[in-house]
Amino acid sequence: MNVKKYALARRDFVVAAAAAGTAFLSGCASSRPSQWEFLSERDAGTLKAICDQIIPADDFPSASQAGVVEFIDRQLVRHFRRHRSAYREGLERADSLSRKRFGGELARVTTARQLEIVRAIEQQDRMFFELVRGHTLDGYYGTPRHGGNRDAVSWRMLGLAEPPVLGRSPSEQKKRSTP
Amino acid sequence: MKRVNAVVIGAGAAGGIVAKELSVAGLSVVLLERGPWYTSNDCRKDDLRNQRTTVLGNAFGPDDDGSPRVSVGPTGEARVVLPSEGGYQNNAACVGGGTLSYGAMAWRYLPQDFRMRSTYGVPQGSSLEDWPISYDDLEPFYEKAEYEIGVSGDYSNTPFHGSRRRPLPMPPLPPNREFQILWPAAKRLGLHPFHIPMARNSVPYHGRGACMRCRWCVGFACEVDAKNGTQNTVIPMALASGNCELRTACMVKEILTDDRGRARGVAYFDARGQLREQPCDLVVVSACAIESARLLLNSKSRLFPKGIGNRYDQVGRHLQGHHYTGAVGLFDFDTYDDVGPGASIAITDYNHGTPGLCGGGLLANEFIRLPIQMVDRMPPTVPRWGLGHKQAMRTYFKRNIMIFGPTQQIPTADARVTLDPLVTDKWGMPVARISGNVHPHTFEMGEVQAQRAEAWLKEAGAAITFHFAGTPQVVSAGQHQAGTCRMGMDPKTSVVDRDCRIHEVDNLFVIDSSVHVTNGGFNPALTIMAVAYMASTSLVRHWKGTGFRS
Repeated sequence: MNVKKYALARRDFVVAAAAAGTAFLSGCASSRPSQWEFLSERDAGTLKAICDQIIPADDFPSASQAGVVEFIDRQLVRHFRRHRSAYREGLERADSLSRKRFGGELARVTTARQLEIVRAIEQQDRMFFELVRGHTLDGYYGTPRHGGNRDAVSWRMLGLAEPPVLGRSPSEQKKRSTP
Repeated sequence: MKRVNAVVIGAGAAGGIVAKELSVAGLSVVLLERGPWYTSNDCRKDDLRNQRTTVLGNAFGPDDDGSPRVSVGPTGEARVVLPSEGGYQNNAACVGGGTLSYGAMAWRYLPQDFRMRSTYGVPQGSSLEDWPISYDDLEPFYEKAEYEIGVSGDYSNTPFHGSRRRPLPMPPLPPNREFQILWPAAKRLGLHPFHIPMARNSVPYHGRGACMRCRWCVGFACEVDAKNGTQNTVIPMALASGNCELRTACMVKEILTDDRGRARGVAYFDARGQLREQPCDLVVVSACAIESARLLLNSKSRLFPKGIGNRYDQVGRHLQGHHYTGAVGLFDFDTYDDVGPGASIAITDYNHGTPGLCGGGLLANEFIRLPIQMVDRMPPTVPRWGLGHKQAMRTYFKRNIMIFGPTQQIPTADARVTLDPLVTDKWGMPVARISGNVHPHTFEMGEVQAQRAEAWLKEAGAAITFHFAGTPQVVSAGQHQAGTCRMGMDPKTSVVDRDCRIHEVDNLFVIDSSVHVTNGGFNPALTIMAVAYMASTSLVRHWKGTGFRS
C-alpha cells in the first residue's frame, strides 16, 4: 500500500492514518505503509540530514521541517525522474563516507559531524551536492503546492504577505507623480 | 484537404500578426501551431514551473518528452538538451508563443541599430551588416504595433529614440519604489531615465482591464489578461474575420514544393499524430529563429537538396540573442514594495556612441523577484548554503535592486543552427543542433555595461554592489533568438529579401526574428511585430487572387 499523503482526500487520509495506527499497535511493523514514493527510509534519513545542513533551523523551520524531503521524493517519481540514480548513488556515497569517518550512517551522527560530511561532499562530490543544494532551495523557496515550503513558511520568513494581496489596480494605489 | 490561400506556421509574435493581416485582407488562412491555446485561466502562479524558472518544466511548452535539441560546446562536444534545460535556448510552444508569458517590454530599436556596419565597420571575424530597411521604413509599423497590440509608457524624458509621429497609446503605470530610488540617481549622473514601454495595460484598453500589479509577471500568463500578446489581440481578430482557421497541436514536418520549385503546401502531424497535407498558394514560416531555420533545412527535395532557401548555405547562420550583464546593489533600507511588474525604469544613453565599443544596450531594473530568484543573487561574501545563506535571504530579499540589460551581440557566421545527424524528435525529424558563439567584442561591451549598472546603483545609495558579466561558451539566443534567415539584397549572403520573401522561392516567406540582421540592444518583441506588419502589408499589396503581381 502506497499512501500518497497529499493526493488523498482528508477523510481517506484519516482512514489510512487510522489503519496505519492500528497496524502499528498490533505489532505488524512490516505492514506499515511507507511515507515515501521513491526514497527508502534510510535514503530519506540521509537526505534529510543533508537538506537540514543546507537550510538549518533557526527562528524559522529547517528544510525538512518545511517539507523539502517530501518535495524531492515526490518529484523523483515525476519531473526529477532522470536524477534517480544520481540520488540513489549519491546518498549511498554520503552514508559510506559517514560510516568510514564516524562509524555510523549520516542520519545517526551528531549535527556537527553531519556538517563536516556535507562540507566534504561539497568538495568531493560536487555534481551530487549541487543537485541537492538546488532542489533544496527550490523546495524551500518555491510554491507550497509541490510539498515544500509548507504553509508558505519561507515567504512569511521573507516578509511577504501570504495569501498575496491581489486585485490592486492603479486607481486604488496611492497616487504619486513622477519625481 | 481544401486548398487555402496561405498557411502560416507558428502562432507567435509574428505569425499571429501575419494571420490577422492576411485574413482581414480577404485571404483564406490556416494558422498552424505546435502547442495548445492557454488562457489567463492557465496562470497557475507556480514559481517552479513557468517559462523563466523551469525546475519542474516549461509551463507553456515544449514538454520535455520528445522535443530535444543538441548543443555543441566550444571544444566540439555535443550533448542532448531538454526544453527545460538552459542550453536548449527555449522560447515557447503555444498560441501567442513567447508573447503569452513574456515580460512585455515593447522597445523600438534605434535608427543606428539598422545601420550597424555603416556605423561601426566590421569587427574582424564578425558578420556585422546593415539591414536593407531603415528605422524610417519601419516607423509606421512600430506605431501600428504599439496601437494594435497596446503599449504603455512614456518616451518624453529621453532624447535617445528615433522619430515618432504619435505618443504611446497608454500612460505608464505609477512608479514603484525602485523607480523612485533610481530616478534621481540617474539624473545626478547626467543620464536620461524614463518609463519602460510595456505591452501591458496601464488603463483599460481594447476591452481588457489594467494590470493589477501582482508578483507573478515575466514567465507567467497574466491572470487578469492585462498583458498584451498576439493570443489576446490579433489572433482573435484573425478568427473573427471568418477567414482564418487556427489548428493547434499541429507540428509541421516540411514545406512541399512542386516541380518548378514553388511551395505548394505543407505536410504536418496533427493533434493525433497523423501526417496531413495542406495545399496552399503561399507559405509563411513564423516559427522563431531556431525552429524556422530547422524547418527550412528539413524541407529537402530534388531542387533543394540542402534545404529550401539554403542554396548558398546561409540558413541557420548568424544565430544571436542578447548578452545579459548587469549588477546587484544591496541597500540599508527596503527597496521592495511587492508591486509588479517591477521593471519600471530604463536608460538608453549607452546604446550607442561609446568610443571603442560597437554599440551597447539598454539598462533597466529587473522584474519583481520571486523568492526562488533571489537564492543565487547574493554577493560573493555570502555562503552559498547553510545558516549564513538563510540569514542573508532574510536580510537582503527586500533590500536589493538589480539593474541589467541586453547587450547587443556582434554576430558571426559560425554561430548557427544545423540539423543533428543522429537525434530526432518524437515525430522522427532531425532536431536543431546549436553551435558556435558570437564575436568576443560582445563580451567587452557587456563588461562595460555591467560596470555602468554598478555605478548607477552606487549613486542610488547601495551599501554593497557587485556586477556580473561572464563569457558564455555557446551563443546565448534563448527567448531573444534571431538572425538565422538574414534579410538582405544579395542572395549569396542572405536568405530573404526586404519583403521577407525567400530569394529563390517567390511564394515562400519567413516572417519572424529569423530575418533580423542585427538584434539591437533591446528586447526584440516589438520589432518582430513591426517587421510582421510591414511584410504582411507588402504581401497583401502584391497579392492578386491566387498569385502575385509581377
